[in-house]
Amino acid sequence: MSVSAPHALAVWGRNASMYRRTWKRNILPNFFEPVFYLASIGLGVGAYITTMGGTSYLAFLAPGLVAVAAMNGASFEVTYNIYVRLHFEKAYDAMLTTPIEPDDVLAGEILWAITRGGIYGGCFFVVVTLAGLAPLPAALWALPLIPLTGLLFASVGMVFSLKIPEIDLFSFYFTLFLTPLFLFSDVFFPLQERLPEQWLWLGEALPLLHPVRLARAAFRGEASPILLWDLGYMLGLSALLLAWARRGVRNRLTN
Amino acid sequence: MIVDVENVSKRFGARTAVDRLTLQVPPGICFGLLGPNGAGKTTTMRMVYGATRPTSGAIRVFGLDISKNARAVRARLGVTLQQNVLIEALTPEENLRVFGRYHLLREPQLSQRVGELIELLELASHAKVPVKQLSGGFQRRLAIALSLMNRPELLILDEPTTGLDPAVRLALWGRIRELRAAGATVMLSTHYMDEAERLCDRVAIISAGRVVDHGPPAELIARHLAPEAVEIDCSPEEEALLLAGLGAPRHRMRVGGRIMVYLDNAAPLIDQIRRREPERLHSLVIRPANLEDVFLKLTGTMLEAGT
Ligand SMILES: Nc1ncnc2c1ncn2[C@@H]1O[C@H](COP(=O)(O)OP(=O)(O)OP(=O)(O)O)[C@@H](O)[C@H]1O
Ligand SMILES: [Mg+2]
Repeated sequence: MSVSAPHALAVWGRNASMYRRTWKRNILPNFFEPVFYLASIGLGVGAYITTMGGTSYLAFLAPGLVAVAAMNGASFEVTYNIYVRLHFEKAYDAMLTTPIEPDDVLAGEILWAITRGGIYGGCFFVVVTLAGLAPLPAALWALPLIPLTGLLFASVGMVFSLKIPEIDLFSFYFTLFLTPLFLFSDVFFPLQERLPEQWLWLGEALPLLHPVRLARAAFRGEASPILLWDLGYMLGLSALLLAWARRGVRNRLTN
Repeated sequence: MIVDVENVSKRFGARTAVDRLTLQVPPGICFGLLGPNGAGKTTTMRMVYGATRPTSGAIRVFGLDISKNARAVRARLGVTLQQNVLIEALTPEENLRVFGRYHLLREPQLSQRVGELIELLELASHAKVPVKQLSGGFQRRLAIALSLMNRPELLILDEPTTGLDPAVRLALWGRIRELRAAGATVMLSTHYMDEAERLCDRVAIISAGRVVDHGPPAELIARHLAPEAVEIDCSPEEEALLLAGLGAPRHRMRVGGRIMVYLDNAAPLIDQIRRREPERLHSLVIRPANLEDVFLKLTGTMLEAGT
């Protein structure tokens, strides 16, 4: 069994068909959220900080928040929304009466989570750019990072969903995993400068740290060798988790 | 054989849902899977189209091993699930389009096929209304339309008419007969024995995951019961008296306060009742033995429920 791209796209297409009906209503909050963040933390908190990492606090904050938006968009899809499709809508029962295989379902859902993450992150990027916080054209390098971040967190979330299939446990994932990531992954302050030397590795283990560092580098237009490690981490961990999720999805769908 | 299930078992943890089950469906027939709730009908069907993996045994569909060729096999069959799986927020037309893409239909074929199915199952009147606003019968027709998307050679219908009104049922039977006449093989499950008797060329009665007996409905009836069935209200204490002097009937069943007796010739019993207890005649029904009687005899469920 292997992924068939057209079948995976058909899985993606189901979600897209449903999203198309409501996207106009759904997309508005995606624009407000970054405005609120930038206003409250960037302007509010930032007023007390002259520079952070060599730029204004607002400019320090913006790239990380783009990565966070991609993370959140993808995470909701592979947790709550997949749960609804699996248990309430029984979408995969219907798909498994057609030539679609569990691998295609996994690929299609990951692709859809990337898409949703892309919509969130993309909206955020637009707002940040309109606010003059994304120096063009260098900041455009952050765009490919959005789907990559989506891929990483779609994979992490998918494995979590397969392990813990109770819907009420998803709140743990958000409050005990994603929220700390959000707070400690270099988004609000340079984590590396606050961590004691012997704990630096712990910072490097945080999945969100890597897209944030990459996004910030893009916004600054500065490349450095550590970015290769960041890219490698994101691609490697995604691949590892997806290989794991593959078995899990197959067992869950064809019991 | 279109479907060849050989000595297949399926266990869910400690529970055995299907137990060394063997059945064969030759091409072009309508095959009925009958059995009480929990007998293993749905599980068997899921294994046939590869959505559940057997614990042991082998299943071939169109001559192909389903465990290795699920994609190729499912491209050639259609399934109507026991519970409708529809996208409630979308219209029937949109549902059909999404499903058509599962089969990789592209424009213009996609729109053409969607149009054909809307016409075939008479969905046009509500084709643009969200599914959640449609009646159960309409939703069922849509579910069946979905299963016909790829012009299946094998149609698997899990209780296709449960919950439908008589007119819709009749219309669906007509559609199923047409499909079979056009060369499709049909495998359906049902709790309605009249449906099985009218629609199915062959049936298998399964109980606790095993085939209890199988064959054409008429053969099954002849094999298990005398042709004439007499139903009458009668308490267990009165039973001996009622049947006294008639010789042992080949079979009888009790459902609560009612008894069913199967005889080669019902006349002597009727005569006896008319002479001895004419007041009983109002509850008397004489009819040919049918598949329902065989079902009750072989699965024994109603007998237990009645006592
Ligand atoms: N996924 C599952 N996990 C555990 N047990 C299951 C699962 N699916 C089915 N079973 C059990 O297997 C047995 C057979 O179920 P199945 O759904 O095949 O019966 P059925 O003949 O279709 O019944 P019905 O007429 O009620 O639809 C039942 O005891 C059921 O509880
Ligand atoms: Mg069933």
